[in-house]
Amino acid sequence: MNTKSEFAVPTLKEYPQIPVIQIGAMSHSKPFVAKAEHQQPLGFPGELVDDWQQVALRKMEELLGKYRALPVFLDSCVKCGACTDKCHYFLGTADPKNMPVARQDLLRNVYRRYFTFAGKHFPRLVGAIDLTEEVLEDWYRYYHQCSECRRCSVYCPFGIDTAEITMAGREILASVGVGQKYANEIIGKVHKLGNNLGLPGPAMINTLEGLEEEIEEDIGVAVKLPLDQAQADVLLVTPSADFFAEPHVDGLIGYAKVFHQAGISWTLSSYASEAANFGIFIGNYENMQKVAQRIRDAALELGVKRIVVGECGHAWRVAYSFWNTLIGPFDFLDPNYPVPQHVCEMTYDLIQRGALQFDRERNDDKVVTFHDSCNVSRASRMGNIPGGQFVIPRALIKAACNHFYDMAPETIHEHTFCCGGGGGLLTDDLLELRVKGSVPRMEAFKRVVEDHGVTHMAAICAICKSQFAKVFPYFEFEMDAIVSVHQLVGDALQLGVER
Amino acid sequence: MSVVYGILLYGVAAVLLCGVGYRVVRYWRTSAPLKIPTTPAPVTRGGVVLRMFREVVFFESLFKGSKWTWLFGWIFHFALLLVLLRHLRYFIDPVWGWVEWMQPAGVYAGYGMVFGLAGLWARRLMVDRIRYISAPSDHLMLVLLLAIAGTGLLMKYVLHTDIVALKLFFLGLLSFDWQPLPTDPILLLHLFLIIVLALIFPFSKLLHAPGLFFSPSRNQADNPRERRYAPGAPTR
Repeated sequence: MNTKSEFAVPTLKEYPQIPVIQIGAMSHSKPFVAKAEHQQPLGFPGELVDDWQQVALRKMEELLGKYRALPVFLDSCVKCGACTDKCHYFLGTADPKNMPVARQDLLRNVYRRYFTFAGKHFPRLVGAIDLTEEVLEDWYRYYHQCSECRRCSVYCPFGIDTAEITMAGREILASVGVGQKYANEIIGKVHKLGNNLGLPGPAMINTLEGLEEEIEEDIGVAVKLPLDQAQADVLLVTPSADFFAEPHVDGLIGYAKVFHQAGISWTLSSYASEAANFGIFIGNYENMQKVAQRIRDAALELGVKRIVVGECGHAWRVAYSFWNTLIGPFDFLDPNYPVPQHVCEMTYDLIQRGALQFDRERNDDKVVTFHDSCNVSRASRMGNIPGGQFVIPRALIKAACNHFYDMAPETIHEHTFCCGGGGGLLTDDLLELRVKGSVPRMEAFKRVVEDHGVTHMAAICAICKSQFAKVFPYFEFEMDAIVSVHQLVGDALQLGVER
Repeated sequence: MSVVYGILLYGVAAVLLCGVGYRVVRYWRTSAPLKIPTTPAPVTRGGVVLRMFREVVFFESLFKGSKWTWLFGWIFHFALLLVLLRHLRYFIDPVWGWVEWMQPAGVYAGYGMVFGLAGLWARRLMVDRIRYISAPSDHLMLVLLLAIAGTGLLMKYVLHTDIVALKLFFLGLLSFDWQPLPTDPILLLHLFLIIVLALIFPFSKLLHAPGLFFSPSRNQADNPRERRYAPGAPTR
């Protein structure tokens, strides 16, 4: 694979090094631009509008008045540099515009020029710049080299979150007619069909029936994957990649086994067949709300009592942090369970209650480590205590596996590195960026592989799983070294035993 | 000269208060439509107060981010606080006991300011990443602060000024009963630099001081499931 790539694949170093900046190192990287047919259904103009500067500045003014974070973050940066060596894309590419503060400055310098006294009257002094075509191009390039993972915000003395700036940048870009094809096309599919893949209902029925047969052949137990079953207790909303992608689908089988063994009646929905919500990636409130609304509607329609969300990082952020605001209140659901509940929380509770038994030995062929997904780690929570999002998935892995080792402490928990494909960048037109951006995670993985003989990395995010399956081979790791947490759970779970 | 400085000081105080006040009111009025604390975050308001306290007093996040920047930055800010408290003696009569008591600390803090600022500037000049992100104003801000600290230390040790008369001048300003200002050039320079600093405060990155308190990633509690956060959809 290495010989085929059109770019130099970085070599993994023994210990992480902060690169010397290389100006313009990634200035060639940009994703395909959305066509009119991807833009218009989302409410954006089909191509670059004639008076794009005015439109962009008006949009910026609107956003400044809409999101408090924006003026606060743009005003408050003191250029202390604490974030400059924190972004995986900077560490992997050395392009200085991938330093979080420099990425923010692309927007900040324009903000200063048009919206602040200092920038209007002394632009050179404060680095303010005019909004030129060149700047717009830089926005498009570099706001699509940020995975909105929030790692920089952990270290910023003012909590400046580059994800918020990137979202604003992308929203301005889409509003002048330069959206990103990958994300916008996907959002359009959800609006139309209910999932990112554009999978229609009949295809889902086929897939789920196939999986049921596969499980029964495999273990001799009739584990069901119900679809559109009214009056089920639980509506499971999971990323549509779980329906067919590897290793995602093994995670879905794992959830099904847990529901089966716990005796919980559950269902998937063909109308709300997607937990992912790319509305967050493009920073657009209305699209994010519209995508989420399908889930509320499905829950009401099916008459369920609970909503459980499958393994997906940004989906969990939207569900946990935003759903209650966007599509709440959930007063029609059972108040005895958190709304929404993460599938890991559900399984964890069942284990605590003694409802699940495991044969850990079944996973003895694996030595496992866990990749904390960025949105779960830094933008959400599981359980009742801060940091529960780190404890619970690990507890599940340890319940199902005998051999577990964490990666280096500076690369896990709130310090975790993005997989390199998050934030709407999981597209092949950004492959070079994805490979290079994965380097910090790959280096940490390599160390546990060498030190502890780790064979598998478990994750709870559809994007992470796809990304690692894609980039592992570039670094001489096996493509299938990435597994779902619920695959491990499902493989070790004793089915049919006394509860 | 007393009149010029008197007017300047009144004027700059007004600009500082109104400028920062305007920003603060604008931050306050702008909605935060979604819950975006950087997690793990406190789940209660009390926890948030503690988190903000650790940020404001210990620069907790910066400590995680960069030990050198934290060291120089924290020393500078803490020293600045001590120096400001020491200067209270020019504005109150009789001088409060604890202000009298902390005078020596305030003097040493002057050196602390210079040390911290020099360290920050050295990083800005020598680390390629930080040099890249620095605008002229970022360097000049450090020069200005260094000059303020330097002129202050000079007055303390080399070029003394009549601080009794100076105090009368300030007390006069506070009670609108103008008194003459000593005309030593070093004092006038020190005061002028402070006027410049105060003047640019509301229009520059010095807004990080009030900004921190409005940062949603730090000042929000992580409780979206327990309590519905419903500030209303952002209006266009």
